Amino acid sequence: MSPLPFNVEAVILIIPIAAAALLAFLPNYVMTARLNVLACFLTLVAVLSLFFFKRPEPGQYLLVDDLNIVFIALNTFVGFTTSVFSASYIAHEIENGRLTPVNLRFYHAMYQVLMFAMSLALIANNIGLMWVAVELATLTTVLMVGIYRTHEALEAAWKYFILGSVGIALALFGTILVYMAALPVVGEGLDAMVWTVLIEHVAAFDPALLNLAFVFLLLGYGTKVGLAPLHAWLPDAHAEGPTPISAVLSGLLLNVALYAVLRFKLLLAANPEAITPGPLMLTMGLTSVVFAAFMLYRRRDIKRLFAYSSIEHMGIIAFAFGMGGPLANFAGLLHMTLHSLTKSAIFFAVGHVAQVKGTQKIADIRGLTVTHPWLGWSLVVGVVAIAGLPPLGIFMSEFLVVSSTFAREPLLAIPLVLGLLVAFGALLLRVSGLAFGEPSGSTAPVQASYVPMFAHLALVLVAGVYLPPPLVAWFQHVAAVLG
Amino acid sequence: MHTFAFDFAHLLAGGLVLVSFMLLYQDRLYALLNVFALHAFVLALSVATQAFIQDAPHLYVTAAIALVLKAIVIPVVLHRIIQRLGIHREIETVVGIGRTMLAGMALVALSMVVMLRVTAEAEPLAREDLAFALSVVLLGLLVMVTRRNAVGQVVGFMSLENGLVLAATGAKGMPLVVEISVAFSILIALIVIGIFLFRIRERFDTVDVQALDRYRGEQP
Repeated sequence: MSPLPFNVEAVILIIPIAAAALLAFLPNYVMTARLNVLACFLTLVAVLSLFFFKRPEPGQYLLVDDLNIVFIALNTFVGFTTSVFSASYIAHEIENGRLTPVNLRFYHAMYQVLMFAMSLALIANNIGLMWVAVELATLTTVLMVGIYRTHEALEAAWKYFILGSVGIALALFGTILVYMAALPVVGEGLDAMVWTVLIEHVAAFDPALLNLAFVFLLLGYGTKVGLAPLHAWLPDAHAEGPTPISAVLSGLLLNVALYAVLRFKLLLAANPEAITPGPLMLTMGLTSVVFAAFMLYRRRDIKRLFAYSSIEHMGIIAFAFGMGGPLANFAGLLHMTLHSLTKSAIFFAVGHVAQVKGTQKIADIRGLTVTHPWLGWSLVVGVVAIAGLPPLGIFMSEFLVVSSTFAREPLLAIPLVLGLLVAFGALLLRVSGLAFGEPSGSTAPVQASYVPMFAHLALVLVAGVYLPPPLVAWFQHVAAVLG
Repeated sequence: MHTFAFDFAHLLAGGLVLVSFMLLYQDRLYALLNVFALHAFVLALSVATQAFIQDAPHLYVTAAIALVLKAIVIPVVLHRIIQRLGIHREIETVVGIGRTMLAGMALVALSMVVMLRVTAEAEPLAREDLAFALSVVLLGLLVMVTRRNAVGQVVGFMSLENGLVLAATGAKGMPLVVEISVAFSILIALIVIGIFLFRIRERFDTVDVQALDRYRGEQP
């Protein structure tokens, strides 16, 4: 593989920032929505080029390696499809006057800033830079969650702001502690925060400091992952913001925070005397699964329902990575990818449903398969997928998580399976009410593109039936890196 | 043998913990803001001292940010917001002051025990700074959870953040400190603008966060 004549990392970061600056000044919302799609597409192309050309050498600030390339590729792909969905969603919001053109300029600019922040967090080779990027991503999503300026939206934004800030603050304390641990070994200055330097020397770090740092980092970034008991911001933020943002939050931002946790987990695993970080993640993951599963039954709001489902699935993923080992890590990676695709597809469907019915209340939406067959059945397929039924992809990844748990820690498998079954029941119960029965509400046709939704669901279906061998080999390699 | 500079830095870091305790028992908004201004002032002095001891001129920038923005601008702006919005001047606390103080003492004891044990090999100054910083962070969290009032929560968060700046400047030669303190300043400025722009009072008639909970979409 030959290297590219220019720095791809820089291109991945410059496109969204330039687009954000441009979008903030353009008045025409049809054009800005298209430009938003174009910018996301160009970023995706830049990221995909990483697979075909030699990767740039890691510097003091940026790094592309086998682990984060999975996250970046997934991130920019879902970012791109969501921007397509967003274009049709936004047109409708303008028509019914929930958003003004000025709001939209702001919205599109923020969308690109968010893509920038997430890409930066993923390719940062510097734990300080990663922290700044995650903070930036938090800020932009707070602003977007509050964009409707209703009571509920402001409350959700405020809650997210306060809890997110506390999480971010704890993560910074953890980052400072990692620096303190590195100080005697690596020496003062920037090197003591560079990831590739840290992982090389971590065996000589003070294990006690590292342990304490990891607790702070897990709590801090764990808040952003939405792990119970730090999840309180997540359902409100998902329910009250624009639906494309719900899709990006669930599908992408939670993964970015999880990536940060995984990086530090790797650091601890490389120090022979530090605690094994797995059990901590395992406990938080399991708590999230069981807690969210029971909470699913009491939801009256359709977006809150799927937000709790996101907590459950992030719990499963954290559980899998906490378990560790080649099989569980493989399952975790696969589950993360498929969850991102499925959950964003569900949010696309939910966005169309909420727009056409004019409500998010589950009780007021019935008989979708009768009034809107394509939309209704897509929602059914999405929910069946997220509930973990075969032949869709999530069945396979959940099966791998459960079977690897049975093989290694049979006792832990019992609460895990219980959580999965309870969530399964809740989701099917709710979707049967939504999709079947006597139709209610508006039957007006949906003026929107279903392409992103179908594309995601098709990918999830294909993944459940047939995984291409190169993909399997690649995931196995990354799982081995994760240890 | 401890030098004067060491003792002075130590005094300031300890002073920050004391001022954090003072934040805990304020039950009037104006008084709370004044104490917070003092908190930020002590932090600015402490950071300037660290800049002098470590001979790191860039830390003076952080000190200046703390002094100008957090000790002067933000308290003044918050004062005016309180006046303009006519927010109730008394702060409702969730638990009594006595119990809050006891909890605060327990948190400080906890952070001393944890940090001093863990950082046995680090330099004495950095190590004690870190222990004090953790105390300030935990006390800030306590202020946040014991206030129902949005302004009270913001002050709690800002004091927590002061603790983080103390920790970051205490870690010798830590890069990106200035950048991080700038990032935090943007965050805080946004929160303050948020209180004003979102006009929580106009929407909710109160800045009592509990009142916001009533608007949750979950209730039938």
